[in-house]
This record gives sequence, structure tokens and C-alpha cells, in this order.
Amino acid sequence: MNIKNFANGLFKENPVFVQLLGMCPTLAVTTSAINGLGMGMATTAVLTCANVAISILRKFIPDKIRIPAFIVVIASFVTIVGMLMEGYVPALFKALGLFIPLIVVNCVILARAEAFAFKNGVIDSLLDGLGMGLGFALALTILGSIRELLGAGSIFGISILGAAYKPALIMILPPGAFLALGLLLAGMNVAKAKKA
Amino acid sequence: MSAGGLFVILVSSILVNNFVLSRFLGICPFLGVSKKVETAFGMGMAVTFVMTLAGIITYFVQKLILDKFGIAYLQTVAFILVIASLVQFVEIVLQKFSPTLYQALGVFLPLITTNCAVLGLALLNIQYEYNLVQTIVHSIGAAVGFSLAIVLFAGIREKLEVADVPKPFQGFPVALITASLMSIAFLGFAGLV
Repeated sequence: MNIKNFANGLFKENPVFVQLLGMCPTLAVTTSAINGLGMGMATTAVLTCANVAISILRKFIPDKIRIPAFIVVIASFVTIVGMLMEGYVPALFKALGLFIPLIVVNCVILARAEAFAFKNGVIDSLLDGLGMGLGFALALTILGSIRELLGAGSIFGISILGAAYKPALIMILPPGAFLALGLLLAGMNVAKAKKA
Repeated sequence: MSAGGLFVILVSSILVNNFVLSRFLGICPFLGVSKKVETAFGMGMAVTFVMTLAGIITYFVQKLILDKFGIAYLQTVAFILVIASLVQFVEIVLQKFSPTLYQALGVFLPLITTNCAVLGLALLNIQYEYNLVQTIVHSIGAAVGFSLAIVLFAGIREKLEVADVPKPFQGFPVALITASLMSIAFLGFAGLV
């Protein structure tokens, strides 16, 4: 057991900002902070469960058909999470829509199954899944907050910039997603260059 | 459904609701294999091929298996398996019967399984309650829209290679901002249908 497995995913190997994985949901659902957080949490749940299940099954899954086996495990957990969300948080389920079933093809999850869970023990895989998932959730929440702040003047639905602010609607529309992430990555490059 | 209605579906799936630039489906290959026009075109062709087939097959899976036995909740699992096997099948058939095409598409085929545009399309077809003809038209439209976006984007990125980009923006950031500008351009089609 190693706590480093948990911290790794949060910052140093953040799936979105560093590894650039899982771009589709990152760009699509971050129209508001709460949507970003919700998607992040759903992905964390699937990623953690899938990591644990695959780690347990890793001795039984033949090497040659491991990818289809991973996908079936992941798809089952996505179905479970989707049903739970539909039952308990229907508003969020509706807002995320198509992107809930599409968690199946989020490359972060398959990448962790292949690169980590298939080779490591259950506890380590659990920590890795949690860390990567929360790192993903963190990135989506940050991006969602920025877009919501500029596009609607609020964060998590709480007005921040006041009524005098004229929202830049473009940030909530599709172009705003590409723009916000592009500028964010460029900003991180500047920060990294200064540190070095 | 009249021919006019089908035309609306086709135009809206290519331009207005472009899969990449307004629905955010298939972003990974869009950013990953768009450094050269040639490879982008290859990817576009491979995706068009698989998406059209997947659209038709998942339609029958939904109608003949999932709906009939009342197991619609297995939709995600069933569709992803269909797509994964379809990709594998297409790969084997191509290798046997058209080695040249296989050579051209070869490397891209395995990547398509985890292309969310394919699964997204299958799910959308069912969600919109399209019939078989509409499904086919929508699948082709979506695939053409994907190819159009990725080829145009690759064309711009080839020019960017020789441009003097500020250091922090090199690589991914400038690609994303380019995509943003393209997306603004495609927003202009919104009033079309």
C-alpha cells in the first residue's frame, strides 16, 4: 500500500491537465461548475469500482482478451452508476445526458485498467482509482467554474460578479470550452516555465 | 418521412450539430491524429465506414433483441460489445479482401472502438427514435461531419507547424484555440435548419 498512488493522480499525473485524457466529457459537460463536479464524481465512482474489480480478476483474465474484458467490466459499472443517478439526482442525470453512458469510452478509465489495475494489488488499485478520479473531478470543476463565472457571472449557481456584469455567453457555448481549456493549459505552461 | 425531412437530418448532422465541434464527440482522434491532412483523411474514412455500419447494426440490436426481451437497461453493455466486435471484424475482412485499404486504415481501426463518436451516434439514433432510413442518413451525416472537421483542422495545423507560436501556446493549447475558432465558424450554421 502506498499513499503516493493516491496523490499521483491529483496533481503530478492529473488525467486532464497533464495526460490530456478524457477530453470529450471534459469539454462537453463543463458548462457549469456543478455539472463538472457531477461528471467528475460519476467518473470517480466508475473508475474506482472498475479498478478494484479488474485488480481482483487480473489473475483470471487471459492476456489476449483483456481489453474486451475491461470494457465489459467498465460498462457494467457505468450502467449501475447511471441507474443510481437517474433515481437519486434526476436533474443532474438529465443535464449530463448522453455523456453518462459515454463514460464507458472515457480513455482515462481504460488507461488506468491497462496501465495500473491489471498489474497491481487491490488496495493500490483502489487508491489509484480514487486519486485519478478525484484529479479528473478537480480539473472538470475548475474548468466548469471558469466557464460559469465568465459565461453566467456565477459559480455553483451563486452570483459572484453581480448584476452589472454582462455575461459572455460564448464561454458556455461550445467554442468557449476549447478556448477556456486552451488558455488554461497555456497558463500552466507559463507557470511551469517560471518554476524551472 | 419525406425526402425533405431526410435532407434536414443530413445537413443538420454535418453542419449544425457537427459531432466534433458542437457535440464534443470524438475529440480524442480529432486532437490526436490531425497533424497531417493525409492521416486525418484516413481516420475520417475509417470512422465513416465503422459509424455507418455500427448505426445500422445497433438499430437492429435495439429493435430485435433489447426491446423484444425488455432488457433495454443493457443498452450500453450491448452496444459497446457490438462496436468492439464490429471493429475487429472489419479489420479481419479488410486484411483479407483489400490489403491496400487495410494498409491505409490499419492503424486507425483499433482506435475507433474507444471513439465516443461511434457509441454516441448509436445512442443518439435510439434516443431520437429514428427509423431505419433516418438512422442510415443520420449515421452517414455524422460521419461526414466528423471527417470534414478533422480534415479542415489538419489543414490548419499543417500551417501552424511553420507559424511562430508563442512558447507557452505551442502544441496543445494553440490546437485547442484553433478548434475554438473553427467551432465559432460552425456556430454560424445554427440558423440553417
